[in-house]
Amino acid sequence: MPELNLTRRALAWAAAAVASASLGISALPLHAATPKDTLVLAMAFDDLISLDPAQAFEISAGEMLGNSYDRLLRSDVKDPSRLLPDLALKWAVSADGKTYSFELRPGVKFASGNALTAEDVVFSLQRAVLLDKTPAFILTQFGLNKANVASRIKQTGPLSLTLETDKAYAPTLVFNCLTATVASVVDKKLVMSKEQAGDMGAAWLKTNYAGSGPLKVREWRANQLVALERNDQYWGQKSLPARVIYRHVKESATQRLLLEKGDVDIARNLTPQDLQALATNKNVAITGTPNGTVYYFSLNQKNPILAKPEVREAFKWLVDYDAIGATLIKNVGVIHQNFLPLGLLGAATDKPYKLDVAKAKALLAQAGHPNGFKVTVDMRNVQPVQGITEAIQQTLKRAGIEMEILPGDGKQTLTKYRARSHDIYIGSWGADYWDPHTNADTFARNADNGDNAATKPLAWRNAWNIPELTKKSDAAALERDATKRARLYQEIQAEFRKTSPFVMLYQQTEVAAYRSNLSGLKIGATSDLTYLFSVAKR
Amino acid sequence: MVRSVPSWRWGAAAGRSFGRFTLVIAFTYLGLLAVTFFIGRVIPVDPVLAIVGDRAPEHVVQRVREELGLNLPLYEQFGRYVGQALRGDFGTSVLTSNPVWEDVKQTFPATLELATCGILIGAGFGVPLGVWAAVRRGGFVDHAVRVMGLVGYSVPIFWLGLMALVLFYAKLGWVAGPGRIDVAFEFSVQRVSGLMLVDTALYAKDTGDWAAFRSALSHLVLPASLLGYFSLAYISRMTRSFMLNELAQEYIVAARAKGLSETRIIWRHALRNAMVPLVTVISLSYAGLLEGSVLTETVFAWPGLGLYITNSLQNADMNAVLGGTLVVGTVFIALNLLSDLLYRVLDPRTRDTRTGNAR
Repeated sequence: MPELNLTRRALAWAAAAVASASLGISALPLHAATPKDTLVLAMAFDDLISLDPAQAFEISAGEMLGNSYDRLLRSDVKDPSRLLPDLALKWAVSADGKTYSFELRPGVKFASGNALTAEDVVFSLQRAVLLDKTPAFILTQFGLNKANVASRIKQTGPLSLTLETDKAYAPTLVFNCLTATVASVVDKKLVMSKEQAGDMGAAWLKTNYAGSGPLKVREWRANQLVALERNDQYWGQKSLPARVIYRHVKESATQRLLLEKGDVDIARNLTPQDLQALATNKNVAITGTPNGTVYYFSLNQKNPILAKPEVREAFKWLVDYDAIGATLIKNVGVIHQNFLPLGLLGAATDKPYKLDVAKAKALLAQAGHPNGFKVTVDMRNVQPVQGITEAIQQTLKRAGIEMEILPGDGKQTLTKYRARSHDIYIGSWGADYWDPHTNADTFARNADNGDNAATKPLAWRNAWNIPELTKKSDAAALERDATKRARLYQEIQAEFRKTSPFVMLYQQTEVAAYRSNLSGLKIGATSDLTYLFSVAKR
Repeated sequence: MVRSVPSWRWGAAAGRSFGRFTLVIAFTYLGLLAVTFFIGRVIPVDPVLAIVGDRAPEHVVQRVREELGLNLPLYEQFGRYVGQALRGDFGTSVLTSNPVWEDVKQTFPATLELATCGILIGAGFGVPLGVWAAVRRGGFVDHAVRVMGLVGYSVPIFWLGLMALVLFYAKLGWVAGPGRIDVAFEFSVQRVSGLMLVDTALYAKDTGDWAAFRSALSHLVLPASLLGYFSLAYISRMTRSFMLNELAQEYIVAARAKGLSETRIIWRHALRNAMVPLVTVISLSYAGLLEGSVLTETVFAWPGLGLYITNSLQNADMNAVLGGTLVVGTVFIALNLLSDLLYRVLDPRTRDTRTGNAR
C-alpha cells in the first residue's frame, strides 16, 4: 500500500533526524566552569547609561565605578558612617567651617600610567560642577556653581588642595558627599586629550575609562556585558580576581540556574522565592546587607480627601506590617517606619504603627468618611511591590477604602508621580550618599510647593507644604556637632512619622547568592561599596 | 499565451512598475516612521527621565529637554528626525550611549542567527509533519501533530523556555545555558559578522580550535529549538490544511487514475501546489521571529533586537525605537519581496507579467 510506504519512509526520516539531533547535542561539551582568575556575575544592569563619574548616577554604575575609581575619601565597608583615607592621606576643616583642605597620597598613578596629582583632583571636582549633569547637585549644594568653582576649588601644592563652601555645613555632610561617585578622580591628561567641542571629554568618558582604582573598565557592551580588569598600576592591595565580568541577565530564574550550574559565581537579582530555593544548596551561600533604600507609599495632598490629617494617619494603621515582613519581603527587606534607613546618622528605630482597623475606622469617621472612599494607586509592575500593593488593597478594604491599582512600567508610573497627577504612589527611594541629609532633603524639605518649583523633592511630588519642617532640615544640615545633629534628625523623623503623607514600609536588604568557593564578598550599604576586587576564588 | 512585445515597451513598463514600487516602499517607510514616532510621543513616559534619572534637579531636566528638541512642536520634531535619517543619521540611543546604527549592528545579528535556525527547524520539521498529518487524516499521526500544535500555541514560551533550561541545561547538562557563548571565549573570538556560529567558525579556521564553535552551537540549540517548535506548531497546521485542500482536487484523482505512485502524487504534485500559499506562511513566521522574541530573549539572556526595542520603548528612547522599527520594517518588506519572487518560481501562472496587464 502506497500510504503505508509513505509512513514507513517518513518514520525512518524522523528517526534519523531525531538520532542525528541528539547525537549532535550529546557531542557538545559539558559546560565549562568559569575561569579561576575571573569573577563572573549575573546582574540586571539595563539601568546603566554612562560610565562617566560626572554623569553616572545609576545603581549598577555606582558599583562599577566604585571598583574602578578612587576618591579623596571612602566610607568604611563595615561601618559606612566611618571615613577612611583613599587618595587623601590627611584632611581638615578651617575654624570658620568653610574651608576644607586635603593632602594627597604621593606616588599614585592612573591606570594609563599618568601620575595622579592635586591638579587631577581639582579638575575632576570642577569638571563635575561645570558639566552639571544629574549627580552634580551633591557638590553644588555647597554653593558651588559654574561661575565660582574655579576659585572655590583650588590646588595649593603638587599634592594639596582646598575646597570652600558657602556656609559652615556639618563637616560629616561635606566629607560624606566627597565619598560619592561624582567626586571620583579622573585622569585629566587622558580625558582632555579626548575632548570634543569643549565637552571636557564627556562624550568619550561615557563609554570609556580614565581612573586609578583597583580594577579598570575594559569594555561595556550595553545590555550584554561589562568587563573589568585588574589595574596593575594600583597603589594599594592589587585586585584578587584578574577579571570581573558582569553578564546582563534580567530574569531571576535564569540567574538562579546559571549560579546552580556554576556558570556564574554571583547572582545579584534573585527573588525571595529563588533565594529560598537556593538556601538548601550546599554549593551556594547567601549574603545580604541592609542598604539605603526605603519603600513607602505616599498620598498626594492635592487630593482633598487624602489631605485630611486623620485620613493620612488612618492609612498608617491600615497596613499589615507583620504579615508583609514575614512573607512578601522575607530575605529582601526589614519593616522600617522612618525615612532614614538604619545605618545613617540619627536613623530612628521607632515602629509605632501596626494593623488596627478599628482605630483607622474611627479616624476616617472623624474626617467625615465613615464609609470610606475610592482612590487609585500607581504601581510599578515588579515584585515585591506588586504583592505589597495587593496586600494593602485588602487591608484598606476592611475600612471601606476602595483602592484601584493602576499598574505600569517603572518610567511610566514615575512620570505620573513627578507630574503630581497620582492619588497614591508606591515606590522606593535610595540614599544618594551616606548622610542623613540625602533623605531629609527629599522627604522632609519642600522649599517651594508651587507647580514650577526649582527643586521637586518627594515632599513636593506629594504637594506636602512644610515650611517649618524645611527649616528644621536646613538647620540639621548646618549642625556641626554630630550628637546634636543626630538629635535634630530624630525630632524631624518623629514629626514625619506622625503627620506626613508618607507611609513608610520597609528598608531593603540587598542580597546576593554566590558559589561557596568564593570568600570575601560583602554587599555594600551603598552601591559603590560592593568591592569585587577583594573577593577571593578558590 | 505569450504575446511578443517590442522591447522598448517592455522597458518602459518595467520602468513604470519600478517607479511605482519605489514610491510604495518610500510611503511604507514614511508611514511606519510616522506611526512609531507619534505613538512614541503619546506614551505617558517622559523621555528625559531615562537620560537624567529620577534625581536630576529641575534645571538639568529642562536643559536636556531642550537639547533633545522635545520643546518643539511634534511635526517639527518629526521633520527633524526624517531629515537626519535621510542623511543616514539615526541618532544616538540614550540608554546605551551608542549611535543607534551601532546598536542595531550589535543586536540584529543575534536575532538573525536565532531566528534563522528557528525557522529552519520549524519549516524543516513542520512541513513534512503537516503533509504526513494530511495524508493520514484522522489517524494517530494527525492527532499527535494536532496535540503538538495546540501545546505549541497555548503554552507560554516563557514557561516552556525555563522548563527546557531546567531539564536540558540544569539537570541533564546536554546544552549550555543562557547567553550566546561561554565567558571563557567572550574575549578571544573576534567579532566579524556578529553571527556567533560564523565568527567562531572563522576563529576555528584560524586556530584549529573548535571549542568556541561548539560552545556557541551549544548555547544556540535550546532557544533555536524552542522558537522552531513554536513556528513548527503553526506551519504544520497550515501545511495540513493546504494539503487537504490540494488532495481533494480533481488532478489528484487524475494522477491516481494514471497510476502514479502515491509518494510522487503527494510530494511532487500536491505539495508543490500547496507550497505557494505555504511560502507566505513560512516567510511571515520568519519575519515574526526576526522581530525578535522578547520573552525568549529574556529567558535565555540573548542580547537581540526584540529586547533592545522593548527596553528602549519602556524608557521612551525614541531614536532607538525608530531605528529598530526601521529594521523590522525592512525585514518585512524584504521577505515580502522574496516570497513574491518565490511565487514566480513555484507558480508558472504568475510568471508572465511582461506586458504589465497579465496580472
